[in-house]
Amino acid sequence: MSSNSPNIEKTLLIDGAGCASCVGKIEGALLEVTGVQKASMNFAQRTVLVTGDVVDHDLIRAVENVGYQASFVDQTDQDLLVEKEKSEAAYYHRLMREMTIALSLGVPLMIYGMFIGEMTVSTNMERIAWAIVGLLTLGIMYFSGRHFYIGAWKSFQNHSANMDTLIALGTGTAWIYSMVVVFAPDAVPLMARHVYFEATAMIIGLIDLGLALEIKARGRTSEAIKRLIGLQPKNARVIRDGEEIDIPIEDVVLDDQLRIRPGEKIPVDGIVIEGSTSVDESMLTGEPMPVEKAAGDEVVAGTINKSGTVIFKATRVGKDTALAQIIEMVKRAQNSKPSIGRLADVISGYFVPVVMIIAILSALAWLNFGPAPAVAFAIVSATTVLIIACPCALGLATPMSVMVGVGKAAEAGVLIRNGEALQTASKISAMILDKTGTITEGSPQVTEIQLTGDHKEEDILRLAASLESGSEHPLALSIVESAKAQGFTLSKVTNFNAIAGHGVEGEVDGSTLLFGNEKLMEERSISINHHIADAQRMASEAQTPMYLAINGQLAAIIAVSDPIKKDSVEAVKRLQANGIRVVMLTGDNRATAKAVAEKVGITEFVAEVLPEDKSNKVEELQAQGEIVGMTGDGINDAPALAQANVGFAIGTGTDVAIESADITLMRGSLHGLADAIAISKATLRNIKQNLFGAFIYNVAGIPFAAGVLYPFFGLLLSPVIAGAAMAFSSLTVVSNANRLRLFKASEH
Amino acid sequence: MLIINLLGFVLIGLIIWWFWLYKPDTTAVTKGTVPITVENGVYSPAQVHVQAGEPIILSFVRKDSSPCSAIVQFDDLGLSEELPLNKAREIKFDALTPGKYPFSCQMQMYRGELIVEGPNNE
Repeated sequence: MSSNSPNIEKTLLIDGAGCASCVGKIEGALLEVTGVQKASMNFAQRTVLVTGDVVDHDLIRAVENVGYQASFVDQTDQDLLVEKEKSEAAYYHRLMREMTIALSLGVPLMIYGMFIGEMTVSTNMERIAWAIVGLLTLGIMYFSGRHFYIGAWKSFQNHSANMDTLIALGTGTAWIYSMVVVFAPDAVPLMARHVYFEATAMIIGLIDLGLALEIKARGRTSEAIKRLIGLQPKNARVIRDGEEIDIPIEDVVLDDQLRIRPGEKIPVDGIVIEGSTSVDESMLTGEPMPVEKAAGDEVVAGTINKSGTVIFKATRVGKDTALAQIIEMVKRAQNSKPSIGRLADVISGYFVPVVMIIAILSALAWLNFGPAPAVAFAIVSATTVLIIACPCALGLATPMSVMVGVGKAAEAGVLIRNGEALQTASKISAMILDKTGTITEGSPQVTEIQLTGDHKEEDILRLAASLESGSEHPLALSIVESAKAQGFTLSKVTNFNAIAGHGVEGEVDGSTLLFGNEKLMEERSISINHHIADAQRMASEAQTPMYLAINGQLAAIIAVSDPIKKDSVEAVKRLQANGIRVVMLTGDNRATAKAVAEKVGITEFVAEVLPEDKSNKVEELQAQGEIVGMTGDGINDAPALAQANVGFAIGTGTDVAIESADITLMRGSLHGLADAIAISKATLRNIKQNLFGAFIYNVAGIPFAAGVLYPFFGLLLSPVIAGAAMAFSSLTVVSNANRLRLFKASEH
Repeated sequence: MLIINLLGFVLIGLIIWWFWLYKPDTTAVTKGTVPITVENGVYSPAQVHVQAGEPIILSFVRKDSSPCSAIVQFDDLGLSEELPLNKAREIKFDALTPGKYPFSCQMQMYRGELIVEGPNNE
């Protein structure tokens, strides 16, 4: 604890410093700011390193006052991580050193007390010997336990009490009582002249050990985020003025051209402009298959280029890359707390003073009703109560599990927005799936053209595509794409009119075209009677049939079909196996909806739903008492996603800028849903185990320490055992949270 | 014995008063950037009074290397922030509505309060 040397370092980036003489001026201005101890400018880099205990804004103002602009250099996640690990390592070593010193006195003393002699004071020789031990213990309290006493005092001044308070009171009571026995033995009855120096030394040592081990275990809880941060390469090879140079990643700017060779990590987000390759995106999306990339395709920072060499243009750098945003989101989620932890927080808030009161009551009970030597029993029980109580375990129970659970989910390509979403996801009882783009690929293709007049197939496709080129409907797009793929040149459409929910009409190459569903044909009195059976057959095969009429005569039925994602069937099965009611929603016609639902094994579906009705369906299920999860593409479905208890957005690849969802699936597969729910359930189970364990530990431990078992079994807990139990109870919580790391979502 | 028992109960009374009933003097309303040191189990200052409707920046500097203090969370605002050691981490609040916004470490051992005072509440 270095309260005297607050060596806070900040790096300021200076703008407008054109001459070397600015250096003195800027440094001088900064040194005048209260709290600044050192300011040294690196003119080449236009940065100033400021050391001291200061407020950021004061620094910026000081620089501005002398006529320059200043801003803070954002530290990269990697730098922050390295610093954090360094400080944690230093803290660990300090605790281990303090532990060794404390136990090197505590252990021999305990062995002496147990096997060799009595820890009592009766002769003068004993008094001198114990006085020396008492002073040695004081040394231990100073060297190994100083932080407890300082912390206790500071929070006392602040009218608050914490873990330090309990440890300081417990060890302090034992030591003071022992010193009274040594220096004023007449103040205590003969039988009670027992010293407890070993308790003080042992408790300090054990708690230091527990804290040290806890740091190690905590380090493992953040492995997932470390792995994500580690994906970010340090350097990038940019092409500037026709030359390839290696530069630090922070210096890459937008529109830089970068070259990536096989086996290298992609440093920033961008669009391929030259070459083709396959990229392993599994670290971000959980998708094991490499993805092919060619000119025009997006590449994402942190993914690994497998086979080819490509040149790409940077489109997002620094904090804007998908990877940086994912890291930020995971970090935030890991630090957030679901409501299940609230009760524990409330309890922890009152915990310490309550324990202090219990300690006093227990001491009074022993003094009033206890056997001789009552005063010794009173001291032992009060000390033990103070030491055994562990609000830390209670407080740690929730955050540690959330940390691991959210990280685990990120590894599976599932981004959880916060702890609350995690908690609600574990309770989902009904899941609404949007058909297009969620169950299916979302990219419909023309699968069948049935001619009903004397037009040729290619004419039909070309005319339909020409007409649809004015429409924005996804099905229209699929027809245009199919025509283009076959090399047709589209004609101009005139008098175009989109008839919402029905189809389109217009004139192409002098013919009047009408293209749409059955209703549209009926309304315009176009005879389709002989072909309804064909259309029904198409629909029953999960294709969407559309009628094309040319000059008032039915010319063809064009069937478009959106292929079902290859693992949708499996994923739906997994959801159902977990007892979740799966409901499919689609704007598509009933027959197609039914066919798709049957193929993936969904019995409950609603067809012909208008986008704005989706959130009504969510409400309907909620009214039936279901906890509803809604899965959609995040754009059209935003109101339904927001209405649902948990909104899941299916990310396309690694586009994570999906704001309306509670949970984002980075790969398109529905397995992400089942994974997300499985991880949430496992995490909540883990939190409950932790909370239960911590709660029971305290509820059972405190009365035991107070001596309630003594009248029946003659059992009274030793303060040393209490110290060990306390030190390891929080370690147990952290270790149990770490168990979650081994959870395999795909098996649930 | 009576005296000892009385002493015990007085002590209990003092604990209740000191930790629960005691209300600290209202400190002056602060504006702009408020530096808060995180050290030795406490946030200092642990109470920050601000005026409603005015943006405020809390600049946390953690000097305690124990990982317990590494995260500060504002439960009511659904906000949590990691505090690097010996570095200022500024958290900006846009005009808040009057009320008390407690903040704490994850284990509720470090506790503080951001008190936003309404226009009539001097």
